[in-house]
Amino acid sequence: MILKEQLKTEITADGAPRETFVINLGPQHPATHGVLRVKMTMDGEYIVRAEPVCGYIHRMQEKMGENRTYAQFLPNTSRIDYLSAMTYTHAFVGAVERALKLQVPPRAEYIRVITSEMNRISSHLVWWGAFLLDLGGFTPLLYAFDDREKILDLLEAITGSRLTYSYFRIGGLYNDIDDAFIKGTRAFVAQMRPRLKMYRSLVTDNIILRKRIIEIGPISKEMCRKYGATGPVIRGSGVPYDVRKVEPYSAYPEFDFVVPTFEEGDSMARYLVRMEEMAQSLRIIEQGLDKLPAGPVMAEKVPRVVKLPAGDYCYAVEAARGRFAVRIVSDNKEIPYRVKLRTPSLSNLSLFEEASAGMLLPDALALMGSLDLVIPDIDR
Amino acid sequence: MIQSIWHFILSLWPEPLRLVLFVAGIMAFVGGNAAYLVWVERKGAARFQRRPGPTEVGWAGLLQPIADAAKLLSKQLIVPAGADSTLFRMAPLLMMSPVLMSLAVIPWGQSLAARNINVGLLMIFAFGSVNVMAVMLGGWSSRNKYAIISAARVVSQNVAYEIPMLLVVITMIMVTGTMNLNEIVVQQAGGFWHWNFFRVWVNPLMPVTFLIFYICMLAETNRAPFDMAEAESELVAGVYTEYAGMGFGVFFMAEYANILLGCALATVLFLGGWQSPIGVFSGVFWFLVKMYLLIFSVVWIRWTFPRTQFYGLLNLSWKILIPASLFTLILTSAMMKLFR
Repeated sequence: MILKEQLKTEITADGAPRETFVINLGPQHPATHGVLRVKMTMDGEYIVRAEPVCGYIHRMQEKMGENRTYAQFLPNTSRIDYLSAMTYTHAFVGAVERALKLQVPPRAEYIRVITSEMNRISSHLVWWGAFLLDLGGFTPLLYAFDDREKILDLLEAITGSRLTYSYFRIGGLYNDIDDAFIKGTRAFVAQMRPRLKMYRSLVTDNIILRKRIIEIGPISKEMCRKYGATGPVIRGSGVPYDVRKVEPYSAYPEFDFVVPTFEEGDSMARYLVRMEEMAQSLRIIEQGLDKLPAGPVMAEKVPRVVKLPAGDYCYAVEAARGRFAVRIVSDNKEIPYRVKLRTPSLSNLSLFEEASAGMLLPDALALMGSLDLVIPDIDR
Repeated sequence: MIQSIWHFILSLWPEPLRLVLFVAGIMAFVGGNAAYLVWVERKGAARFQRRPGPTEVGWAGLLQPIADAAKLLSKQLIVPAGADSTLFRMAPLLMMSPVLMSLAVIPWGQSLAARNINVGLLMIFAFGSVNVMAVMLGGWSSRNKYAIISAARVVSQNVAYEIPMLLVVITMIMVTGTMNLNEIVVQQAGGFWHWNFFRVWVNPLMPVTFLIFYICMLAETNRAPFDMAEAESELVAGVYTEYAGMGFGVFFMAEYANILLGCALATVLFLGGWQSPIGVFSGVFWFLVKMYLLIFSVVWIRWTFPRTQFYGLLNLSWKILIPASLFTLILTSAMMKLFR
């Protein structure tokens, strides 16, 4: 029961009084997938203000970066966004390699691209399942996890880990891939394409789903730019911003892929962007396996003690949720002076307050689900 | 010896004994069904999701419902501080008892009904309305914001869906000319083409009528895709957020008992009750087959579709179902006037 004293009378812009109450979404709530807390001021079922409260899972990753060597900090990068750990490690080793002017062997770069894209598919699959869970459909989650399991098995075979890989090392990779991995990945690509088609006919074209997410939670280009939203969020608003194309890194310029963009800016557009991205990632993986060069997977002259020359180094990658950038400020010591992590989820979350104003609670949850938030990525 | 005593007692109070037998029978039937429909739901869901489901307790997890019930029974019934304790405890009972009473008039077989009364259909809908109040009370008395938002949703949902459902039922009463469920089934004797579902010469929209009834039944029992009462990803557990132990257990059982009642009613009204589809060997077996097939479809729908948006759901009722059911009602009355 809502007590009288919990209700607050507010005067709206048009002069009418309205009674509002505060409802907490989280820190433990099924729709926040973790410990995000959203303090919602509600007018009935309409949201007046939704204020995200961060910090429940803050682990001081940036501070940790300032008191350990580069090699010691490397495993931390997998633990920021645990769903696309591969790309996050890529940004960190990329920044260090850029500072050291290391030439990473082409085979290593190709394998980085292949594994990053596999990681992207697994991340999008988790999002897909969790998003539909938010909308009340439980079954797709288990189908998504079924597919994701195959990716995790493949990655586990070469990295020894299922989630926090730390597979990329400064100057290359932890180890080379084997024939079993190549065979398994080809089989996975062949199998995943019909699955995507099935997901389309089973879920994307479902009328209940379409009614729930079409024209729900529109986000304009301007709003994306204002809050620095990246990844599928900005691409769903019609801006073809993809770090892989805008600031090409690693072996990406050698690959042929399309950056899917949709003009609508609603939850459906973001949904379709991610579904299409999975298909594009499959293309990239296939090309990578076809063109995989031979050679070593580790650069020759990697110093045993990594000491970056004084300066300011930045490396950005396209993670599953958007632009992830690592900025290292070095003062020529073994330990960096400052490590700045630019995470996409924080920027994507920050537009939630503006975008959700005036929405209905279930619609706002559909919007939040379509932003694909990973809470440790927000708090880091 | 025992038999003669039995006959003696029976001759003294035939009516009370009959009542006790039927009450025990219905309670056992509902209890057993509620428990094992949970098992069917879990196994069915598991199959739709490519996993085995419960396997540990008993063969194929058949003892799982009993283990669950024992667990729920052993839990403390927590009444939140500041909640209206009487109403809070009463709500689950109010949810369960109307179903039990309504099942008394369902004719399971030719002579297998607890009560064969002339206004059976009316009675079911009279008691059916109590459910809404129970959910409302549960949400309101638990003094929880999630619960009360959910309760408000349920009330508007059930009011919206009661109307097309009643319009459909009025159509059926006009077609059959009686509110006695037993008579309704007797009228559908013969092959399956005599069932109300296929009687398109009375009303060409009969299958549509059935569909409207079925959708309303899903909405009335708060089942997916209309499960606003327990929108678990939005409102934690909706109305049931504060309920622990058997308080939750009774709500849970009542949900399945309501599905049972809804499907039994659909069987009686549209699918010919105990009548056999081929015209011979009619009996309680056919009733159960039809009812469980309907229940299976309810489970199937739940694990296939996402939840509807609340306003979409109200729009469906007010803009599609009510006009459609009104149209079938008018069409039926016009056809009856013209051809009878």
